[in-house]
Amino acid sequence: MISAIGNNVSEAYVNLSNAKTGIGKVNYLNTRYKDEFVLGEVKLSNEQLMDLISYHSPALNRTSLLGIAAANEAVKHSGIDLKDGLRTGLISSTTVGGMCKTELFYGEMVNEGKHLEVLDSHDAGESTEEIADHLGIKDFVTTISTACSSAANAIMLGSRMIKHGMLDRVIVGGVDSLSKFTFNGFNTLMILDKEWCKPFDENRKGLNLGEAGAYLVIESETSLKKRNGKALAKVVGYANSNDAYHQTASSPDGIGATTAIQQALKMSGLAPSQIDYINMHGTGTPNNDQSESKATINVFGNNVPKFSSTKAYTGHTLAAAAGVEAVISVLSLQHNKIFPNLNFTTPINEFGLVPVTKVTDQNLNHVLSNSFGFGGNCSSLIFRIVNEG
Amino acid sequence: MDALIEKLKGQIIEQLNLAEIKPADINPDAPLFGDGLGLDSIDALELIVLLEKYYQIKIKNPADGKMIFESVRTMAAFIQSQGKA
Amino acid sequence: MPKQDIPSYFFADAYKHFEMNYPKFHKMDNLSKLGLIATDAAIKGNDFLQRNKPEATAVVMVNKASSLDTDRIHQQSINDKNNYLPSPATFVYTLPNIVIGEIAIKHKLTGENLFLVCNEFDAQLLIDQAQITFSQETRAAICGWVDYDNGNADALIYLVEIADDSIKNTNFIPLNATTLNQLYK
Repeated sequence: MISAIGNNVSEAYVNLSNAKTGIGKVNYLNTRYKDEFVLGEVKLSNEQLMDLISYHSPALNRTSLLGIAAANEAVKHSGIDLKDGLRTGLISSTTVGGMCKTELFYGEMVNEGKHLEVLDSHDAGESTEEIADHLGIKDFVTTISTACSSAANAIMLGSRMIKHGMLDRVIVGGVDSLSKFTFNGFNTLMILDKEWCKPFDENRKGLNLGEAGAYLVIESETSLKKRNGKALAKVVGYANSNDAYHQTASSPDGIGATTAIQQALKMSGLAPSQIDYINMHGTGTPNNDQSESKATINVFGNNVPKFSSTKAYTGHTLAAAAGVEAVISVLSLQHNKIFPNLNFTTPINEFGLVPVTKVTDQNLNHVLSNSFGFGGNCSSLIFRIVNEG
Repeated sequence: MDALIEKLKGQIIEQLNLAEIKPADINPDAPLFGDGLGLDSIDALELIVLLEKYYQIKIKNPADGKMIFESVRTMAAFIQSQGKA
Repeated sequence: MPKQDIPSYFFADAYKHFEMNYPKFHKMDNLSKLGLIATDAAIKGNDFLQRNKPEATAVVMVNKASSLDTDRIHQQSINDKNNYLPSPATFVYTLPNIVIGEIAIKHKLTGENLFLVCNEFDAQLLIDQAQITFSQETRAAICGWVDYDNGNADALIYLVEIADDSIKNTNFIPLNATTLNQLYK
């Protein structure tokens, strides 16, 4: 995982454990609003990213660079050998695609017909193909584009394909880089906070955009046993549901979210009381946090588990978000640590829910992770720790 | 004021893609949101863009919109109050 | 499936032909309009929606161009410093899965959704994905390829349901712009 809180998982873990946010003023994104807003930018330039992946090519846009860096790390960390003949898939997600680069050249493209080759790298599927090429994955490669829940759907699809015996293992996740396209777009929707976001706070004003690449390797039990590999966690439940309410706003009763959480629980066979921690979608927008709070109470009643949104660390990384938060959820399970909901002061009046506000040591067995995207796309995932012995 | 209201109706229909509505269908005092024209939160944002595009008025806080966009007449009154009619 | 150049009045005419009676239609981008028309054409005259519970009806779509057609419009609107006027309504459609959102909103479908982006129409992919979707709560699905880019429309929507214990294609109507044109003329 590469994000505003670190160029790899170890760095991220240090910042998570020290309650240190990665959100601040941008260095690389050249927007007119540079000095007015804070974002979760990866602390490397494109050149430095190329150094990181040891591959220099002007054809690679920032989305692809972040994606390759993160996918490389995931594969290395998992210990799988991509050349051992087992069927491997790559399911990646993105919303920006190559727009980060295209927008730099757009004016010249339209007015002078220059830089048209940049358009070749524009497609949503491009970053996925670059990652696939780099890793040498051919068996199954696809791109999911369902907005902010994309990576969760990638995890869900990957898990299902393994369950159905279609693949032995799959690299799943997502990547999005900061771009003026997205930034200006979110700004016209007036859901950005110029200052550091405050998820689940009564006085929250909006979200901070972020960028990240985050991938996980999911393997079948058979494949894992074959190579004597060790799993960190197990995907035990997942579900997806549509809110059917509005293109960008969530229903006030959180219906889509409620259904997604309930069905994920149903699949896992767990009772709500068995969830030890919820990593919320928690973007910090007035709408999401209200809707998600309602959904949480719908499902858990008076017994809401400990919860936090980690978006005040990383920003909202869009298509990568669920991947980032899956990695954070697994880190929580591994280290029995809950990372706090930073920048929280006052609970939302309507619900009175209070998130975890300090790094907390706690024995964790099951973590629920929510991701809700534009288009009413609601996804929930449940992870269980895998214990040795 | 009436001329501004008529002009506004046309601009609203165009900006919000209200293809099945004619200016005569819009009652200048009827609530824009709620049942009337069935406008939603995105339409509210588009009205903010409309004010900037045609009248060079910038609204920084979407919450201010509630009062301004109550009806076509309140919109017109607001535009006049800003000296931009 | 050959891409079809469609005239600019296509959407307005199709809207009238299918008696859609859905004013929100006119606010949508071309991809969403195409998806909605194709879906309405597919469910017209049969009781697919009535037969299947909304929470058990999935929508699975694939295309090649993602939301590029609308992306360009948004990009243009933020390009000129002197004429800077991005539209929130346009930005909303710079995600391909919004077409699924619109179908879900119109027909009140609260089941699963999936949107994939691929280089070309892949029948096996669509069949496999629909099959996988049926492994949980889904009992019926609206599936298809919905692509729109630069005036070229290409759409195929089909309905899938579980009949007894097996998945059966109940309707396989090749729905590209040519047959749609024929349908509404």
